[in-house]
Amino acid sequence: MTDKIVLEIARYEPDRDQVPRFENFEVPFRKEWVVLDALNYIKDKVDGTLTYRWSCRMGICGSCGMMVNGEPKLTCATFLSSYGRDAKIRVEPLRYFPVVRDLVTALSDFLVKLQKVKPWLIRHDEVPLAAGEFLQTPEQMDLYKQFSMCINCTLCYAACPVVGLDQEFVGPAALALAQRYNLDNRDQGSEQRLGALAHPDGIWGCTFVGECTRVCPKHVDPAGAIQQYKLKAAIEWVKSFVLPRGHEDHREERRKEAA
Amino acid sequence: MSSQAAPVEFHPRWFRKRVSTWWWLGEWHYLKFILRELSSLSVAWFVILTLFQLRALLYGAEAYARFAQRLQSPLMIALNAVAFCFLLFHTITWFNLAPRAMPVRVGGKRVPEFLVAAPNYALWLIVSVFVGWLLLRRP
Amino acid sequence: MEIRSHEILFVGGGGAGLRAAIAAAQVDPKISIAVVSKVYPMRSHTVSAEGGAAGVAKSDDSLDEHAYDTISGGDWMCDQDAVEAFVREAPQELLQLEHWGCPWNREPDGHIAVRAFGGMKKKRTWFAADKTGFHMLHTLFQTTLKYRPITRYDEYFVTRLLVDDGRVQGVVAIEIMSGKIQAITAKAVILCTGGCGRVFPFTTNANIKNGDGMALAQRAGAPLKDMEFVQYHPTGLPFTGILITEAARAEGGYLINKDGYRYLQDYNLGTPQAQPVLRSMELGPRDRLSQAFVKEDQKGRTTPTEYGPVVHLDLRHLGEKLINAKLPFVRELCMKYQNLDPVRELIPVRPVVHYMMGGVSTDIHGGTPLAGLYAAGEVACVSINGANRLGSNSLPECLVFGARAGRAAAEFAAGQGQPNGHVLAQAADEQLRLERRYLNKSGGNERIATLREEMQKAVESGAGIYRQESSLKQAGEKLRELQERFQNVGLDDRGHTFNTELISAMELGFMLDVAESIVESALHRTESRGAHQRTDFPARDDRNFLAHSLVRRAADNSLQVEYLPVKITRWPPGERVYGEASQAAAAPEQLKRVS
Repeated sequence: MTDKIVLEIARYEPDRDQVPRFENFEVPFRKEWVVLDALNYIKDKVDGTLTYRWSCRMGICGSCGMMVNGEPKLTCATFLSSYGRDAKIRVEPLRYFPVVRDLVTALSDFLVKLQKVKPWLIRHDEVPLAAGEFLQTPEQMDLYKQFSMCINCTLCYAACPVVGLDQEFVGPAALALAQRYNLDNRDQGSEQRLGALAHPDGIWGCTFVGECTRVCPKHVDPAGAIQQYKLKAAIEWVKSFVLPRGHEDHREERRKEAA
Repeated sequence: MSSQAAPVEFHPRWFRKRVSTWWWLGEWHYLKFILRELSSLSVAWFVILTLFQLRALLYGAEAYARFAQRLQSPLMIALNAVAFCFLLFHTITWFNLAPRAMPVRVGGKRVPEFLVAAPNYALWLIVSVFVGWLLLRRP
Repeated sequence: MEIRSHEILFVGGGGAGLRAAIAAAQVDPKISIAVVSKVYPMRSHTVSAEGGAAGVAKSDDSLDEHAYDTISGGDWMCDQDAVEAFVREAPQELLQLEHWGCPWNREPDGHIAVRAFGGMKKKRTWFAADKTGFHMLHTLFQTTLKYRPITRYDEYFVTRLLVDDGRVQGVVAIEIMSGKIQAITAKAVILCTGGCGRVFPFTTNANIKNGDGMALAQRAGAPLKDMEFVQYHPTGLPFTGILITEAARAEGGYLINKDGYRYLQDYNLGTPQAQPVLRSMELGPRDRLSQAFVKEDQKGRTTPTEYGPVVHLDLRHLGEKLINAKLPFVRELCMKYQNLDPVRELIPVRPVVHYMMGGVSTDIHGGTPLAGLYAAGEVACVSINGANRLGSNSLPECLVFGARAGRAAAEFAAGQGQPNGHVLAQAADEQLRLERRYLNKSGGNERIATLREEMQKAVESGAGIYRQESSLKQAGEKLRELQERFQNVGLDDRGHTFNTELISAMELGFMLDVAESIVESALHRTESRGAHQRTDFPARDDRNFLAHSLVRRAADNSLQVEYLPVKITRWPPGERVYGEASQAAAAPEQLKRVS
């Protein structure tokens, strides 16, 4: 007689439903099973219409983020056993994203915001490969390394109330990735990113709730990245008054680059 | 700049849940955040109280006595006790968050957050002890 | 039916696909490029690679040595002209990635750090912490964001290639979000869809590795090469397939059977010592370890579990302190994803499928015999891996051949006219077929999961680590039966919006085709070489089989196998020597490392 546990899962079929509803499923309770295994069991054996994203099953691809009992989690890293045998586990799509179907959310908005912050290495000059690698000591890498660990799972977006309240807010992961490049000694693009970052929809939209850092499965600390950038942006703003002409030259450079 | 993702035209039936005005009551972490923000009001409260104290001083001994009397009412004591708790909460959360915004590096390695917060606490303790001594010593 | 047009189209947005797209954009900034991927690119399986990427970097190393390690490791089935091009371009590609921001690990003075890796006699493996694939993929993805000519079709599933006039002219794809069928025409199509580990029941591969591109190519008339060569890694977790790195054994872990006995001593791998000895016992050659497992299982000395037979890796005697210092990632993976603690518990392990040496047959520019069709990465077989891949070669393979295929496709496209109208009729047919076959079909009583599990079981038992004629023929029969039953598959989900069950059904169809190709190729190769081991033909046979197998699907749906000689340039085939007998040829023992 195998132990069972009940999952309460959000369902939404746009052809049929106006709003999401909940459906209960009983699944075997196994020590090594995670919530994702339970979903796979249901889809394979019980109800093939259950819809969700997943891929690597080891917390590196970032596909399987969902709300489990109200918390944003990677379902491949959330054991059924951590909820106790008699608990009912509630599974919903990630909060603050539009729901496409069942547990699948729309990710296109996040990618547009990611693009806005120019998350790539920007150079004024193209250095040829023949010159070899850019030198970067382990200490220099340490400055940005943590922010480079983001798997784009968007759990931080589901945790951040500003994302929920303000559609235009760029959001934790995108801002952290911008900072990852700003702090990379090989990058020369902080000027170009300033516009998107030091903006009411950028870092200034953040009120340091800190939930993003708490839920991040890779310990990226996006809240830290944003607050650090706030300091830098504030200094840049002061500089623009104290050294107006110096700032003018920079703006000219930026204009040339953007063209 | 063009978006690199192909435009998704077919989405009239995505479901968007409205975020309620009471979003912050839904979760303990959110409530803690709002309380943290509100705790700045306790600072304002004590500033205003001090201003009223100065005003009372300005108007002479009688006015001051009345002021002191009012401070002893149960309501005022309760209010000040609550405000004081919020002030402590305000200070502690601030000290704990500050290292997040200012990573300190020594010898190429990042100093752990509690070590960055520690000097704040230490300074707080020292100043509090000093002020306490000033207040409690015999005139 | 919606039709979009581009000059070049990439199917798959992983390491190879993204690198190829950038290469094409650099050839001509004016050409329009499409990257069509069934998942968002950062979810591609490249992301899970851990170990590193090999490229000759230091002055004490040479291209010839990298080439020799690769060729001997591949049991002399590698095309040597391809290997020579590969070892020459690999360091450049890795450097290019560095210029794009990839956070390679560094030495204290700021130069790129390299480390040792299984099978490589010199230190030449570049690495980014223990998440090399992750950093490479994200660097590539973020770099593609700045190229305007690249249009991404995220979460579009390609169901067939459009072929007319003897050349590939585009694809038909389902926009998963809406269920709309879309034809996307292009002058050149490059397949970068990865391997097919999910054909097997125990694999490190993600759910998305179903051999899509291999089946698409074969159905369009392009041959698949060397499909019988499937790489196993000896220690993976039985349920999740997560890899337990060789380092766990290098630090002193024991492999024990159900009686707690260190069984490797029965297989000519030395005698058990308290400390690990190089190339002996648990540090023996990977394929020998996998084979020992099979033999133990046949003797009934493995532990049965609900996830199949396992042996155990015992790390308990190493102590918590050592495990935390030297094997923290092993402990983290076991605890976080399978809920067991190696400090206190035995780790159940078994050989798991890791990489597919075989794939769509290409030349050294990524071109297939079908005009307009290219392939790069794990989906392709150039071949630089031969009969067995060396660890840390597959990531640079994606880059080198991705770039080559991207450039070749761009040049080809420049000389082509617009796709003709016939392909649009094909696309309309495809739409009807999908609707009739899956969505509007009544009846249909086979469940996808049932067919998939039976396929996996058949392929593992018939074409696993050890093969023989009878087991292969049996597997072939079973697969034919499954193909028939697949005609009767029934979906629960008939909706259009984000129908993942439909996608699973089509992936199963691809996997069945690929599985048949694996079994058929294995049946025809009556020798043992590298990863292909025949108990009925245990010796290597260079006279008849120093050649690649090519498997095509004929018009009557049967599989035809023929052979293509291996290209030998400078390194004549040698003996693949094990154990004490080899210093010069030490490479083969440390084969099949995680990449």
